[in-house]
Amino acid sequence: MPDARLESIARECRVQIIRMLTHAGSGHPGGSLSVIDLVVSIMFGRMRHDPKRPDWPERDRLILSKGHAVPAMYAAMARAGYFPEERLITLRKLGSPLQGHPDRMALPGIEAATGSLGQGLSISLGMALGFRLGGKPNRVYCILGDGEIQEGQVWEAAMEGPKLGQPGHGLGNLTVILDENRIQLDDFVAKILDLEPVVQKWQAFGWPVIEIDGHDLDQIGKALDQAQAHTNGPTFIVAHTVKGKGVSFMENNPEWHGKAPKPSEAIAAIREILGGSAAGWDGDLAKDSATAAIVAELSALDKK
Amino acid sequence: MPAKATRAAFGEALLELGARDERIVSVDADLSKSTMTVSFAKKFPGRAFNVGIAEQNAIGIAAGLALAGQIPFVCSFACFLAGRFETIRISVAYTNANVKLVGTHAGIAIGEDGYSQMGLEDVACLRALPNIPIIQPADEYETKQVIAYAVEHEGPLYLRLTRQNMEPVCPPDSRFRLGRWLTLNAGADVTLVGSGGPIANCLAAAKILAADGISAEVVNASSIKPLDEEALLASAGRTGHIVTVEDHAMAGGLGGAVAELLSEVLPTPLKRLGVQGFGESGDAKSLYAKHGLDPAGIAGSVRKFLNR
Repeated sequence: MPDARLESIARECRVQIIRMLTHAGSGHPGGSLSVIDLVVSIMFGRMRHDPKRPDWPERDRLILSKGHAVPAMYAAMARAGYFPEERLITLRKLGSPLQGHPDRMALPGIEAATGSLGQGLSISLGMALGFRLGGKPNRVYCILGDGEIQEGQVWEAAMEGPKLGQPGHGLGNLTVILDENRIQLDDFVAKILDLEPVVQKWQAFGWPVIEIDGHDLDQIGKALDQAQAHTNGPTFIVAHTVKGKGVSFMENNPEWHGKAPKPSEAIAAIREILGGSAAGWDGDLAKDSATAAIVAELSALDKK
Repeated sequence: MPAKATRAAFGEALLELGARDERIVSVDADLSKSTMTVSFAKKFPGRAFNVGIAEQNAIGIAAGLALAGQIPFVCSFACFLAGRFETIRISVAYTNANVKLVGTHAGIAIGEDGYSQMGLEDVACLRALPNIPIIQPADEYETKQVIAYAVEHEGPLYLRLTRQNMEPVCPPDSRFRLGRWLTLNAGADVTLVGSGGPIANCLAAAKILAADGISAEVVNASSIKPLDEEALLASAGRTGHIVTVEDHAMAGGLGGAVAELLSEVLPTPLKRLGVQGFGESGDAKSLYAKHGLDPAGIAGSVRKFLNR
């Protein structure tokens, strides 16, 4: 049974991703849209956290190692109440805590600086170990990109992960998810440096691996539960995703790795995300004042 | 107090502090016998993590441990830590993770192993990062104070330690403070600002110079970042001549930091002594002589600098 609440939140977050990137005039829509269902499933479905107390010691941690997809985090964080949604349009602007890549010191709720690719898994291992040593209940979630795992540090961490803390403090509190959208900045991953066989590689390093459709909320939820049930060590989830998911002209197109939409493109994207038809769009907006406001704001950008 | 390597003093201090504070953990990359965390690991096997020859991962794991409330000391040779600059830059510095980076085997004084194992550019690299103090203690006594300080200090820092034995130079009533230098020998004609390996040679050089009628002040610049600006400017004002002495590349080390400050605030004639080019294999004493970091070499450079 698909979770209607999560589906609706993911849809809202997709709209906000498009909105903030368009205001910023730069950024990474493709990877933000491929990862958002994973981020929403974790933040709204599994994580123990309190947006009003971002320093609550017992909170679970989400490390978005593929930091360029941080608009997905910002959208979910705003939706959860870490900061007002109005602040999303300050993304990448001078003085904004919404830095182009995650900055732990700038924005409470961001748990590590990432975006220099390949570093988040090591940090997550250390965090999970630290909580284990302290006998703490915190869980750690780490999201990697598939292009990202070309970085050597990832494989240093991959070798270590299932062994770290054993015996006694194995990292059963760590779930690692690969957002396998098959595209990196320059081109398709298979064309730059093919990673296959990904599943067998992680298995060979000692990780239990679960494969899912990374846009199927039901499958994501079940995989997260399965990972949590594996208490002896960390679990690796390969989430097959579509880069640019939800916006037809962005899907599976390397051009949309790191390019912000123009306002007119953004409005078309939002209409698609919300499932509106061209003919019925004005009518839809008349009934949906929040979206109408976002569309009006984007139209105004076009005239600037 | 006999001469002792600062890495050995570090190992002892960690063992002692580890017994008092359960949050102290060590992360090593297969050099624990060299970085001297091995006795900590024996005593506290559940808090010592040897992650194999993988320094980037070691640094990242340390960052994560810190973010989960532990106080990790991540240890390797200075060159191997600083060589993983990008991981330090993002996972430690920018993240502001409370990681204690410990780089041992600083400088050409490691000798026979040769250049690839010598930490010669570590200060230059890490000095460029905001947010990471750099401390190079002079002897056993100061090292133990510095390690205790490192545990108290909230935030990342970098400790630069020696493989070779270090003569005691700090008076037993002295107290380490970040950004504060200790005057080991008062003088009027020139100030030797020394740090780490060659610090005892600075004192020996001062004795040679005294015999020639040159009064040399010797300052222990264990706090490389931040500098003790007040002490440096005051001493420069008094003696009018500064000589920096370090077992580090000429570019970007203590000498570079001192040059940056003086040239902007109080332009003062300055001579930097350090390591030229790549290091090489050899015994430590001969290498110091070759690079002019032995007492005679330092004294000779000072005389030439002062034209006396």
